[in-house]
Amino acid sequence: MILHTVNKSPLTSSCLNNCLRAIGDNDGLLLIEDGVYGADKHQGLKLKPLPSGITVYALKADVEARGLMGRLSEDVRVIDDQEFVDLVVSHNASQSWY
Amino acid sequence: MTDKKQSILAVLTKPPYGGTTAKEALDAVLTAAAFEVPVSVLFMDDAVFQLLPEQKTEGIEVKCLATTLPVLPMYDVEHIYVDRKALVDRGIDAEQLILSVQPVETDTLRSLFQNHSRILSF
Amino acid sequence: MSPTPISFSILVYGAPYSSQSVSTAYRFTKTAIEKGHRIHRVFFYGDAVQIGSRLVAVPQDEVDLQLKWQQLGEQYQLDMVICIAAALKRGIINSDEAKRFEKDASNLAEGFTLSGLGQMIDATQSSDRIVTFGY
Repeated sequence: MILHTVNKSPLTSSCLNNCLRAIGDNDGLLLIEDGVYGADKHQGLKLKPLPSGITVYALKADVEARGLMGRLSEDVRVIDDQEFVDLVVSHNASQSWY
Repeated sequence: MTDKKQSILAVLTKPPYGGTTAKEALDAVLTAAAFEVPVSVLFMDDAVFQLLPEQKTEGIEVKCLATTLPVLPMYDVEHIYVDRKALVDRGIDAEQLILSVQPVETDTLRSLFQNHSRILSF
Repeated sequence: MSPTPISFSILVYGAPYSSQSVSTAYRFTKTAIEKGHRIHRVFFYGDAVQIGSRLVAVPQDEVDLQLKWQQLGEQYQLDMVICIAAALKRGIINSDEAKRFEKDASNLAEGFTLSGLGQMIDATQSSDRIVTFGY
């Protein structure tokens, strides 16, 4: 079980695509920094098929900072910094796509 | 360091010269090898451009990575993988690279991540 | 949920004030400590080494990232290592290296130490989790 973090917008970077190639069935995907644009229901993840069983998270502080709270795709779970730490603990390792 | 060494997966995604990450990744891999920590290397995305032959960097005045990368097997870095799709997308022939690498399909690529608990992301 | 405490090492690669890397890493580190976890080491590599320059002057209405790391480091005795090879070529230097390279000044900020990449590899072996904050 790997926690993948993505910190770039899928519109300008291949990070999310790389992540989706490498992500395994029980892995977690956490969008941070500009990665949270990938959770915008008007773009990003909506356009890309996610492997089943993957939970997609977005970091609250980054979502709020960018005014995205009302624009998020419904299958994305917003988490705070404490839950970020919990996610790292509950996965065996983390891979950062940047 | 602890007695039992945890093997590292170094994931490389950046092209060789536009930034310093490719070189810094190589330095980290060589350091792991020097400390006798088992390390596997995976080339993905634009990092596969690091493997192209005929790199001549005199004109941009930086050290040529292509002269350092082939030393990896001599440092006992034996597991060197490359994402086959990244090669195909870029029209690169796996037989023409500066280093003997093992092209992997998506399933193998995914299992590489699952089989390592220590990942260095570059 | 209150998981069993574990140890983390934090790898930071982005330059302060050029990317969010140093800032997100700070929040993560502080939160991990507050949740009862241990930080084995914070390792600054690549452009992130700029966090260690004592000569940085931050406008009053912006966050002083270096001060925040220093305060966190002092409060919890953090091992905050700056990669020496990455630092020297970017002009971050301590007094020993300044003598060795015959420079007329040194600028490494308090709370940080310069050391080699071996510290990064040790971190992969000596902590339960590695978290990388890229640029």
